[in-house]
Amino acid sequence: MTTVLDPTNESTPAVLERCMRPESLAGLTVGLLDISKPRGNVFLDRVEERLNALGSTVRRYKKPTFTKPAPVDMRHQIATECDAVIEALAD
Amino acid sequence: MVDPILGDIAKGEPLTVYTQDDLTFPESIAGLDDLDLSMSWHHNIETVPTLIRVDANGAEEDRIIGWSRDQWQAFTGDIELGITLPEFRPGCGSLSVDPSRSDELNARMGGSGLATRRVDFAELEDEFEAMYDRGWSDGLPLVPPTEARVLRMLEGTTRTPGEVVANVPPDLVDITVEKIAVNAVMAGCKPEYLPVVITAVEAICTDEFNIHGLLATTMSVGPVFVINGPIRREIGMNSGINVFGQGNRANLTIGRAVQLVVRNVGGGRPGGVDRAAQGSPAKIGLAFPEDEEGTPWISLAEERGMDPGVNSLTALCLEGPRLIVDQLSRTPESLTNLIADALLTTHSSRMVAGIDALLVLSPEHMARYVDAGWDRARFRAELEERLMIDTDDIIRGTGGIDEGLPAAFAGKQVPKFRPGGLHIAHAGGPAGLFSSVFAGWVSGPTGSVPVTKEITP
Repeated sequence: MTTVLDPTNESTPAVLERCMRPESLAGLTVGLLDISKPRGNVFLDRVEERLNALGSTVRRYKKPTFTKPAPVDMRHQIATECDAVIEALAD
Repeated sequence: MVDPILGDIAKGEPLTVYTQDDLTFPESIAGLDDLDLSMSWHHNIETVPTLIRVDANGAEEDRIIGWSRDQWQAFTGDIELGITLPEFRPGCGSLSVDPSRSDELNARMGGSGLATRRVDFAELEDEFEAMYDRGWSDGLPLVPPTEARVLRMLEGTTRTPGEVVANVPPDLVDITVEKIAVNAVMAGCKPEYLPVVITAVEAICTDEFNIHGLLATTMSVGPVFVINGPIRREIGMNSGINVFGQGNRANLTIGRAVQLVVRNVGGGRPGGVDRAAQGSPAKIGLAFPEDEEGTPWISLAEERGMDPGVNSLTALCLEGPRLIVDQLSRTPESLTNLIADALLTTHSSRMVAGIDALLVLSPEHMARYVDAGWDRARFRAELEERLMIDTDDIIRGTGGIDEGLPAAFAGKQVPKFRPGGLHIAHAGGPAGLFSSVFAGWVSGPTGSVPVTKEITP
């Protein structure tokens, strides 16, 4: 038998329960995250119109640069201020 | 030689003799078998014979090594001991410290001190297939990272195995010297490459270099490492013929080890966080040394602030090399015109000030400049002058091409690369009027900034 050293980060896969998907977005606060790719705002403007029509409260967020993950503070802000989030991933 | 002496000693006081190889030794007293060298290893025996005095509980009180008649007589209190033997013989090296056995012994005796989790492959598993099955491979075969091999790899650095080197994206995991060594073994590195690999991991796991963004981007770029300083030669890197290609172990495995760290420790895998649309052979692992000896110019590292003769590594975010062919220019002006012409089209003629690039001049192209008395600063100044772009030529819609600058930029002169965004190095074989350019990714603080770091032992 060969014994080797584990080259991975040895993280036990922690199974995190996802939030329940809401039945409807009506009356909920929905965050729209613009990752700063060109024309992401065009997409999100239209989504905002549709959400307003549904009776959602919309909050807008924008990453400083699309090349890096959203700052921790921004992620925390979205998690505490919103019931759901929609992200415009690319141009 | 000491065989009869052992019998003499045993007549006066209790004596236990352990034999490492030849069980017919000694004849004057019954010896015990230490063929597996466990007793020798646990007592740190470096020379045979070693004579150890223990107390009633077996704890060591004193030891002498080799044969010195005076020492043995004093040690045993027998002034007649070995009176007929020579005065001094140094003894022999213990098998337990024989280089061919010591790594395996260190691992077997549990003295390794390695903290990494052990993975046992089943009896019927092929060990190479087992590593593929566990998702550890970049697609090429891996060297099984056994304890003995990892311990040998760690001999390549003075750092302690438990030292945390960096926090590796995208999973943001602290990585130790030991874990880098495990991946370096798998990549096929020799121990003397380890300091380079460690420095490379440090360099890419900085906010400036931004390996996370580099992984996540759909552009086909990877971390490329340029090595400067004497360590290039000491570890046998190739800066000559086929410098970016196959054939040299250090060139090929250093970058691969870094990519295995990103994959296995950072968790960045193609199709996961790695979203490259097409990828590049450069993403398997690309490191090469600059040919410092072949040019009077200062090196890439020196231009970036390192002192001459210091071992260093520069990490850049780049695609693979693309040829620049000029077989007819005989003046530095003509060659510079041609190189500028090629650089202006990196990624596309419409891409301006958004990416860095690394230009690697070949020896035959370098000779045009050296013969004409141009130094690096003169070459850079002349080249950058030729890399200014008239924005009217690349406004969106011009030339029947939708890509380009917005109309608001019309009527301006802009540089192809941001200030400091063009990097220059020298490498390649002695013949061939070909240089290369590696184009980059989003440059500057919002993307990736090249990082130069000293390589320490």
